[in-house]
Amino acid sequence: MKKKRIGIHELYAKDPIEADRLLWGRESDPASRRGFLKQAGLAAMSLALGSKIVHANEMPAGLIPTLLDQPQSDFELPGKHPDLVVLNDKPWNVETPAHLLDDVITPADKFFVRNNGLVPENIDVDTWELTIDGESIPEPITFSIAQLKELFKAYTYQLTIECGGNGRAEFNPPAKGNQWSTGAVACASWTGVRLKDVLEYCKVKSDAVYIGYYGKDLHLSRNPQKVTISRGVPIKKALEDETLIAWAMNGEDIPVLNGHPLRLVIGGWPASVSGKWLTRISVRNIIHDGSKMEAPSYRVPKYPVAPGETVKDEDMKIIEAMPVKSLITYPKTGATVKKGQTIKLRGHAWAGDLAVKEMHISVDFGATWQKANLKPAPNRLAWQSWDASISLKEEGYYEVWAKATDEKGISQPMVVPGWNPKGYLNNATHRIALKVI
Amino acid sequence: MSKEEKELRKDELDLVQRIVKRMNVLVYASLFIVLVAMFNIMAPDTAERWFGETEKEALPEEVVAAISDDLIENGIHVKTGLIVDDGFNQVKATCLACHSAKLVTQNRADREGWKKMIRWMQETQNLWDLGQNEDIILDYLAKNYAPEDKGRRAPLKNIEWYTLED
Repeated sequence: MKKKRIGIHELYAKDPIEADRLLWGRESDPASRRGFLKQAGLAAMSLALGSKIVHANEMPAGLIPTLLDQPQSDFELPGKHPDLVVLNDKPWNVETPAHLLDDVITPADKFFVRNNGLVPENIDVDTWELTIDGESIPEPITFSIAQLKELFKAYTYQLTIECGGNGRAEFNPPAKGNQWSTGAVACASWTGVRLKDVLEYCKVKSDAVYIGYYGKDLHLSRNPQKVTISRGVPIKKALEDETLIAWAMNGEDIPVLNGHPLRLVIGGWPASVSGKWLTRISVRNIIHDGSKMEAPSYRVPKYPVAPGETVKDEDMKIIEAMPVKSLITYPKTGATVKKGQTIKLRGHAWAGDLAVKEMHISVDFGATWQKANLKPAPNRLAWQSWDASISLKEEGYYEVWAKATDEKGISQPMVVPGWNPKGYLNNATHRIALKVI
Repeated sequence: MSKEEKELRKDELDLVQRIVKRMNVLVYASLFIVLVAMFNIMAPDTAERWFGETEKEALPEEVVAAISDDLIENGIHVKTGLIVDDGFNQVKATCLACHSAKLVTQNRADREGWKKMIRWMQETQNLWDLGQNEDIILDYLAKNYAPEDKGRRAPLKNIEWYTLED
């Protein structure tokens, strides 16, 4: 039989008032359900917290003290556009509706949030440190952010990062996790130093296989011993010019929700390799074995499977480059237009490590396709903007579908692609609804 | 600051000072916690009954209502967004101790699927043994958050129509 553990959460979950009494000897005012009746319990709770509780008489009964369990507010998301869609508030997972991704360079307030743990508190840029260590580094070296800026040349790139689970909501049978529709993708302008310059400075050895990052985000259980997420990429990807240790997004501090003051940005791969609140990079002589590197996290079956099939861990492979994909960012879905009206369409397309070669749109559910104008990327791993215009002659309900093709000739599927247990890599064509009246 | 508040503050300070001088209350409290924990480890069933009974005694209805913020609209608990049905209280107390209700409400699975999620949380996320509550929770989830057959591609939903000018 499993050993029964009793923790503060369990006690409070069972019965908060009783937990108050058991843990602290606390009795609250039964009328106001606040405070500490005859001060019972206040001293014990104060001692546990290491400080006196200010406004103790206002403290509601049955509340785990904030210091012991910082609750996350679900009505306050600093620095983010109010129309972003909150999928989860503990941890924060917030997606951007397609029409808000219309900018070529995604503004900070429209950049999606995909957090695995709790956002670190009390971030101090001046004392922040990044350590480079691991089997393939002879001597660990620690840098301050100021030292990184001083020792290495800074580069700025527009880099597309997309959550591996973007599009998960469409899988059938459903896959567990945050039910992203299309909005866990963005392309901002990132400034930082090249990881390769830093690793060369640290005399990276030739036996390096993988890098693994560590960040300061706290595990949901608030147990500091538990690593929230520690993923990475093969050394070849790590040493690409565009792999950055970044401190700025669009010329300003990175938003706290997106990894301020320091993060990795590794374009074209699942965003989970771009570690946030970065404090350590280990250069490994094995495939990194950090938290969420193991199956089934961020892995897909090595071979196609039937929907709902059970797949053994050893039959799963790590996701590397993301597949070709595109979005229609203008107009917003639901547009009502007049017969013959010229409708301008635009959006972006991206293809993992590759460039997008062609972009097509269809207004007849994929029966015929019209080629769109596609701009080249400003730099490797940035999304490419496209535009087209259409005019519809008959009344009725239409859908505009957008399909990108990468430089190897691989296109987006029109239905949801191969089912996989965790619901990754849905790159089905984006669709918007139009009505002609 | 009113006279009453001053007195309260003085009382608090007196108490804290007294505790710092004589740590015995803390020792008793720790001892009590250890005893409770040991009781749970050594006699979990008795502990369950004992806890269960005190729970009923210790919670007057209006207290439950106030701390749980019980506004319900169209069968949905407004604060959490959860469907109110048998097992709602167990789900609220158990699942929401650690994560957002949105992690429940945005997911769909059959009983076996929900059970897998619970096992995964127990293996990797410090979730405790749910005891008798497990069946109640699974019944609730499997009934209220069951998968729908979406086919290979569902029709576009929730479209807000607007006029697009030239």
